[in-house]
Amino acid sequence: MTIREDGQNLRDTGLGEIELDHRLSATWSTPSGLWGALSSVDHKIIGRRYIVTAFVFLALGGLLAMAMRLQLSQPEARFIGPDRYNQIFTMHGTNMMFLFAVPVMEAMAVYLVPLMVGTRNIAFPRLNAFSYWMYLAGGLLLWIAFAVDTGPDIGWFAYVPLSGPQYAAGKRADIWAQMITFTEVSALAVAVEIVVTVFKQRAPGMSLDRIPLFVWSMLVTSFLIILAMPAIMIASSTLILDRLVGTHFFNPAEGGDVLLWQHLFWFFGHPEVYIIFLPAVGMVSTIVATFTRRPVFGYLAMVMALVATGVLAFGLWVHHMFVAGLPRLGESFFTASSMAIAIPAGLQIFCWLATMWAGRPVFRTPFLFVIGFMVIFVIGGMTGVMVASVPFDTQVHDTYFVVAHFHYVLVGGAVFPLLGAIYYWFPKITGRMMSETLGRWVFGLIFTGFNLTFFPMHILGLQGMPRRIYTYQPEMPWSGLNMFVSLSAVILAAGFLLFFIDAIRSSATGATAPANPWGASTLEWATSSPPPPYNFARLPVVGSLEPLSNNPETLPVASGLSVDRRELIVSSVVEALPEARESSPDNSIWPLWSALATTVLLIWSIFTPWAVVWGSIPVSIALIGWFWPKGTPEDDA
Amino acid sequence: MKQSIVLDLSKLPAHGLGAASLTWWGTLAFMLIEGTGFALSIVVYLYLMSLAPQWPLNAPPPDLLPGTALTALLVASFLPNILVARWAGQQNLEKVRVGLIIMSLLGVAPLIVRIFEFPAMHISWDQNAYGSIVWVMLGLHTTHIITDLIDTVVLTCLMFSRHGDNPRRYGDVSDNAMYWNFVVATWLPMYICLYWVPRL
Amino acid sequence: MRTARILQLSIIAAVAGCSGNQSALDPQGAPAIHVEHLIIGITVICAAVWLLVMIVLGWALLRKRPSDSSQPGERSLTISVGSAVAATVIIITGLTIASFYTTRGIGLPENAALTITVRGQQWWWQVNYADPDPALSFQTANEIHIPVGQDVRVQLESADVVHSFWVPSLAGKQDLVPGRSNSLLLRAERPGIYRGQCAEFCGLQHTHMAMMVVADKPADYERWIAAQRQNGVMPTDPDAVAGKVAFLSKPCAACHTVRGTPATGTTGPDLTHIGSRKTIAAGLLETTRGSLAAWIADPQTLKPGNNMPMVPLTSVELRDISAYMESLK
Repeated sequence: MTIREDGQNLRDTGLGEIELDHRLSATWSTPSGLWGALSSVDHKIIGRRYIVTAFVFLALGGLLAMAMRLQLSQPEARFIGPDRYNQIFTMHGTNMMFLFAVPVMEAMAVYLVPLMVGTRNIAFPRLNAFSYWMYLAGGLLLWIAFAVDTGPDIGWFAYVPLSGPQYAAGKRADIWAQMITFTEVSALAVAVEIVVTVFKQRAPGMSLDRIPLFVWSMLVTSFLIILAMPAIMIASSTLILDRLVGTHFFNPAEGGDVLLWQHLFWFFGHPEVYIIFLPAVGMVSTIVATFTRRPVFGYLAMVMALVATGVLAFGLWVHHMFVAGLPRLGESFFTASSMAIAIPAGLQIFCWLATMWAGRPVFRTPFLFVIGFMVIFVIGGMTGVMVASVPFDTQVHDTYFVVAHFHYVLVGGAVFPLLGAIYYWFPKITGRMMSETLGRWVFGLIFTGFNLTFFPMHILGLQGMPRRIYTYQPEMPWSGLNMFVSLSAVILAAGFLLFFIDAIRSSATGATAPANPWGASTLEWATSSPPPPYNFARLPVVGSLEPLSNNPETLPVASGLSVDRRELIVSSVVEALPEARESSPDNSIWPLWSALATTVLLIWSIFTPWAVVWGSIPVSIALIGWFWPKGTPEDDA
Repeated sequence: MKQSIVLDLSKLPAHGLGAASLTWWGTLAFMLIEGTGFALSIVVYLYLMSLAPQWPLNAPPPDLLPGTALTALLVASFLPNILVARWAGQQNLEKVRVGLIIMSLLGVAPLIVRIFEFPAMHISWDQNAYGSIVWVMLGLHTTHIITDLIDTVVLTCLMFSRHGDNPRRYGDVSDNAMYWNFVVATWLPMYICLYWVPRL
Repeated sequence: MRTARILQLSIIAAVAGCSGNQSALDPQGAPAIHVEHLIIGITVICAAVWLLVMIVLGWALLRKRPSDSSQPGERSLTISVGSAVAATVIIITGLTIASFYTTRGIGLPENAALTITVRGQQWWWQVNYADPDPALSFQTANEIHIPVGQDVRVQLESADVVHSFWVPSLAGKQDLVPGRSNSLLLRAERPGIYRGQCAEFCGLQHTHMAMMVVADKPADYERWIAAQRQNGVMPTDPDAVAGKVAFLSKPCAACHTVRGTPATGTTGPDLTHIGSRKTIAAGLLETTRGSLAAWIADPQTLKPGNNMPMVPLTSVELRDISAYMESLK
């Protein structure tokens, strides 16, 4: 607790704006050049990387979807053989869930949460860098394997025994299982960072009832990740053990059980849906508030709905197993719990409707995507109620009806808000506006293309078309609708193409964005677009739920922080009363070395269990290098 | 946007301790993750047991001696561990150094006992599902002992280096002590599950 | 219910070419009919709710706002949102109860007239008609005959990976799980052929794992059972006679059984009455001499990755074996 009074401890108190910016930039900047890029721990740089990488995976996953639509456009088409097709749909699902949807939501949080709570970097910034490298390595592992025809071909939920040692020879299933490890490590790391950032780094005065709804949604999401992902870690690890060293977890002949896999997978897999959906809910709330020019109606109800959804999410997993032969009484319980999730979901919908009714809507592109979300997601919610019913589900489970349902939920419920969020926060992230004209076209194409593509799939499913088939016979009455779906998918793809064009073009030549182009009221808009490396020259002090709407001209701030070490405020959990000036770790290359060492260990362990022993030596060395004090000002206390 | 200074934080300490420390919360979050993992492994054990015609599957119940000895060691380590945390709170460098050496030794001791624990199960991981879950539970816990041991040894080295006498280090020592308590506490339900449930 | 009927008709009209032999919207058995009623009921209610939400959405967005900036009262908003939530609770409670009742309606009765055991395999269905007298038990593949109007219990097992038994016009699906035994109520109200196919992804040829359920009038069913209990017929046609010799001398017999001959392999489908079955290769091709020849000549092109190897045969052998297979009525 020694406060050093020598020259190394210059405070911001008396500094003028220019001097302050100069000093803070020197302390917080990421050095230019490759080394700087590789050792950066700035949440904005890492968040941006995360977002871009996730969108690259979205584009790749979209290409796979188009390949499948080509193959299914006519009966007995021969564009793609069964082996490649099975890899393609497995890759599409795995990629979209593990490499796009979850990471992109966490990526948005990595960028936005520290800004929205008014701090200078995310908690554990080096862990944040590590998590990105792990994510990248996992994605590369999966896609390189696919490129060399070793992509997993077992479906994204990899049911045993099809994925087990007896029926999945080669390394395809191991690649899938180990890719899970990569993405889970990175997701868990980010979840911990967000929980701690939200709990302990909020701006002075941002008590629990003044936390923006997006931040609340990410907090609940992070807890879902923390509690759900261990299940998939255990599942994928035991699968690898069954395959590599001959354990019998899933082998019924030796006391194992096939349904154990399904329980473990879906105990993770259902919360996974909410891990993707809840951040989107936060984005919707943010956009609705800004473009209706009023706060979201029912803040407390919205927060309670988020928490209730998070809790209920763990009581639904069996509805993915309604036809697996579990006792009917138990299944009925899960029907009731699955239906019950409609209550918090409905509550949120009604609160947004009330907000729109009471507000003064401004129809800009982000808001259009929110309207599209309402139209599509409510359909997805309705079909969700349908598949929650056991008898209904026995007819549509594993058919195109379910394919339609979860695309309505995931694309309608998460991708639409995400695209809206990109249009909304793009000026903050890049300092440039996206095109409003193109934005309307993008919305129109994606909205039309999406519905024309996925709505007919409901009917195909009821007509008896199972999912995951690589072709169908001409006698089946499915060819007309399949052709229609495939053609509609082209419209959808054109929409996404236009979105990517708009994003790339705008990032280079878009109109320069002011600090707060939408007249929004949350803290990220209180700093310049894009924000400086230190986010806020002086950390804001929050007096209301909408800190920028009370007095849009002047920002109340705190002073007294050091400018020559990376310093931020640690505040109390409930009231956000300042507790300490805390240092934030400096740039470091060690997270990259640690991620590389871990990557070697994980990939090596697909081939021999000894990799875990020998591979952990470089990992330990890298971690010691990471944590060993370097004598920087950040290490002072 | 104009700024108006409404709060002066210059009097705040330059580092938070305990619940005001970010690492403390981070450690807690990781304990929640790993605790969920431990709990799930117990659930898997009980699930497999519920399906089996008899339990343990084709094996006698494990010998009690090594596991009980290890449990006793872990419980015994509780006291010095609490003391180390307290000394770290007092920022007493000498005592913390001694305490960490003791805790390093108390991290090695259970690993030695653990070597005898695996054969005491009378089943190999590749014989049947009972063997698989038993080995995985022991393995999972062993990795936690090893991780914390490495952490403790590194901290011991740090406390003897020029970086030692620093409030940040004392915070690390108490977080590490908290994590060891977690490693001990999670073992107790696993011990009951592995050694006493098969005797029910 | 009237609106439901109209909606159903319009759905069926909309999906032209609904041949009816593999569709949840064309139910021909009591369990599927029960479920269809539930499907229509829930769909109508959900569609109405969605429409209502959309009307409110449109109104909320486009309504004329008063020119003065007076804010509407939070109290009236609270009442609206509160009653909407209450309505949600009532609706989903109703749907849950409806779902429970349907579940009870499609459950297995205490004593079914007949039990058939279906064993899923990569990528075909082994079908066992067990009888207390082993001489009357028989096995067939990919084609299940049931008597019309009777409750049939299908016992579902798997020889390898998870499969799912689904004949949408007769009943919902049920998984075949290795190491476990599930069962399903199957019932057809009218004679006919109902197609089904595996609904749980089971590997390379999941796509081509179909089966036919043939619902026979009781007399037809008895005739079929009697015929199936017979051994494979002795061929009389000279090609077929030569084909039998070739079949038994080639590797075919190592995997296939033709009862009454030395061929007793169990890896592949029982071929004792293959000529009587509507399709071969799990619904892939209609059974004709030509399709049999094509299949035997090159199974890997027709169904890549399936477990039947290509056996080198001369064209004469191929012709003869196909003739023999066709003769196995």
